[in-house]
Amino acid sequence: MSKNSNTTTTANGKSGTAQSAKKKSAGVNASLTREDKVLLYRDMVRIRRFEERSLHAYQQGKIGGFLHLYIGQESIAVASASLMGGHDHIITAYRDHGQALSVGMTMNECMAELYGKFTGCSKGKGGSMHFFAPDKNYWGGHGIVAGQTPLGAGIAFALKYKKLKGCCLCLLGDGAVNQGAYHESLNLAALWNLPVVYIIENNRYSMGTSQERSSAGAPLARRAESYDMDWDVVDGSSVYEIRKKLAPAMQRARDEHRPCVLEIQTYRYRGHSVADANHEKYRSKKEIEDYKQNHDPIMLFQQTLLKEGVLTDEKIDEIDREAKNEAAESAKFADESPYPPEEEIFTDVYWEVDHKTEKNQGRLFFND
Amino acid sequence: MPQITYRKALNDAFAEELERDENVIMLGEEIAQYNGAYKVTEGLHARFGDGRIMDTPISEAGFAGLGIGASMLGVRPIIELMFWSFSYVAFDQLFNNAPMIRYMSGGLINVPIVVRGPANGGTNVGATHSHTPENFAAYTPGLKVVCPSNAYDAKGLMKSAVRDNDPVFVMENTLLYGQKWDVPEEEYLIPLGKADIKREGTDISLIAHGRCVITCLEAARVLKEEHEIDAEVVDLRSIRPLDQEAIIDSVKKTNRAVLVDENKPFCGTSAQIAALIQEHAFDYLDAPVKRVSSLDAPQIYSKPLEDEMVPNAKRIVKAVQEIL
Repeated sequence: MSKNSNTTTTANGKSGTAQSAKKKSAGVNASLTREDKVLLYRDMVRIRRFEERSLHAYQQGKIGGFLHLYIGQESIAVASASLMGGHDHIITAYRDHGQALSVGMTMNECMAELYGKFTGCSKGKGGSMHFFAPDKNYWGGHGIVAGQTPLGAGIAFALKYKKLKGCCLCLLGDGAVNQGAYHESLNLAALWNLPVVYIIENNRYSMGTSQERSSAGAPLARRAESYDMDWDVVDGSSVYEIRKKLAPAMQRARDEHRPCVLEIQTYRYRGHSVADANHEKYRSKKEIEDYKQNHDPIMLFQQTLLKEGVLTDEKIDEIDREAKNEAAESAKFADESPYPPEEEIFTDVYWEVDHKTEKNQGRLFFND
Repeated sequence: MPQITYRKALNDAFAEELERDENVIMLGEEIAQYNGAYKVTEGLHARFGDGRIMDTPISEAGFAGLGIGASMLGVRPIIELMFWSFSYVAFDQLFNNAPMIRYMSGGLINVPIVVRGPANGGTNVGATHSHTPENFAAYTPGLKVVCPSNAYDAKGLMKSAVRDNDPVFVMENTLLYGQKWDVPEEEYLIPLGKADIKREGTDISLIAHGRCVITCLEAARVLKEEHEIDAEVVDLRSIRPLDQEAIIDSVKKTNRAVLVDENKPFCGTSAQIAALIQEHAFDYLDAPVKRVSSLDAPQIYSKPLEDEMVPNAKRIVKAVQEIL
C-alpha cells in the first residue's frame, strides 16, 4: 500500500459486498464470493498485525496515553463493516482501531494518530480513543463508557428524518450496559422506532471487573426486552455467525425502523488497556489460553476457509506477510511524520474561526 | 413598533428559523402537545407537526445526546431544557460530547445544535432548580454561551445561534419571559460576541448579562435620581464569544467598574471579566473592580431571603457607593 493512500479495498460493503448484503439475509454467507471471504479474513489479520505493531510502538515509548487493544475481537468489526451499505453508519467506544480499519481507514492515518502526528486521521488531536472518518460513515471513537450510545440513536434519527434507507450500528462494551445513557438511548430508539442496531461486544470484563461482578441478570441483551426491542446473543468467534444474525437485524432496521440489541460474545487477550498490567490477576492464564487455542476468530475462520478450499497455506502466509509489512510501513510513516504545528492547537475548535467568517465578533480564546 | 414578550420573541425566532431551514427541528420535554412548560414553544407543534417539534421523555442525557448525534449528519436540533439545572443530568453529552467532537475529529465533524432554556434563580423553587451554569459552559472551549436580557436581543441572538455551526448554549430567564419590549416585525439578526451599551454614562461601568442587565438599569436610575451618579450599563449579551473591546472601552471611559452576574462568586463569570479588566485597563482604574453576584451558598428557598441572595438594585447601588 502506498503511503498516504486514502483508498484501501476492504471487505466493507462499499467495495465488495454491498450487493450481497442487499440479498436475502438467509443467504448472507452463501452469497459471499471467494474474494469476499479472503477480504474478510485479510481484514481481521490486518487489524491484529496493526495492533501488535502499535503495542510494540507503545512499548518503545513512541505512543503514549491509553491503548485499548481489540486483539481477539476482530471478527465483530470486520463482520459489521462487511454488511454496511451506502446509508449505513457505525459508531463505537474507545476500543476503536478495528472498526477504523474495517471501514477502510488506512493503517498510515491510524498509526500516525496513535503517534500524535499531523498526518493522523484527526491530525493528532484525538488519539487512540478518538478515530473518525465521516466520509466512510464512521463516527468514532468515543472515550466515555456509553457516551456514544445516545449519539448512535441520533445518527439513526437523522437517517429517518432525512428519509434515507439505512441504519446505524452502535457498538458498546459489556461495561456500558450499566450506564444510564445506554438505557435512555434504548428507550428513545424503541419509542421513536429508530433504525439503530446496538451491538454489545461482550468480552466478559468491564476493565477488571467480570460480568458476574458488575451486571445483574444475563444475558445482557435481554434487558432490551423491557423496551419491547428484539435481542439476540451471537457467538463472536465466527464471522459467519455474526453476519448471519446481524444482516437481518440491519435489514429490519432499514426496512421497518425496528431497533434491536445484539450481544456478541467475544474475548480480549490483552488487558483493558496496555496500561492494565494486572489482567492476569482478575482472570486466569488458563482462561486466556483457552480462548486463544479454541475460540480465536481468525484461527477459526482460517480453518473454515482452508476446508472450503478458499485459502491455501501459501495464501495465508502471503496475507500475513503483507499485513505485517503494511503495519511496519505504517509505523515508519508515523515515525517520520511531523507533529502538528503549534498553531493547530487553536484550529478545529470553532467552525467560524476556521472559516474566517466575519459573521461573529468578540473574543473566543482567552490565552494571556 | 409592536411590543411583544421575551417569550413571544423567542417563539417568533423559532418559527422563522423552522420556516427557513427544514433541517431545523425542536426537541424537549413538554414542548409539543403541552406547548412548553413556560409556553415558549406555544403553537409550533400545531404549525410544524410531529416530525419537527418533538416531545421527549424526561431523559435529558438521552435526548441531548440524540440531538448531538443527529447534528453530526446535518440536522440542526434546538434542544430545550426545561431548566438549565437539568443539564447536570446530561453533563457528559453537553459538556464532553458536544464541544469536543469537532476538535477530536480534526475538524471533520460539526455539531450545529442549540441548547436552550431558563437559567435563573429568584423564583422561590430552591437550590436544585436555580442554577446558572453559564460560567461552566463558557469555561469549555468549543461552546458558545448566550444570555439575552430582553425580547429584542433574545430574538436576534437566537436566530444567530440557530444558524451557527457550533454548539450554542442559550440561557434564558423565567422572570423575563412575560416582560415586553419593542421588537420590529421585519427580520433581523444580532451577531454573537457583540455587547450593547444599554445606558450611556460617565461615572462608572455596570457590566452584566441576562436579567442582571435589567437590575443594573434599575440601579442606574436610582444612582442618577438619588445620588447624582451617571452609570453606564454594558450588556455583554454573549459570554463566549466575549466583546472584550466594549468592556475595556467602557472602563477606560468611566475608570470604575462594578460587575454584576447571577453566578455564585467563586469562579463565576464576573471573575473572568475582572481578570480581563485588570490586565487590559489597569492604568485607567481609579478604584478596585467590585463584583455583585449571588450570595455564596446553595440557593435558599425562603422568598425574602432569596431576593437578597440574587443581585438586586440595592446591592448594586451599595457596591457603587463603596468605590465612588
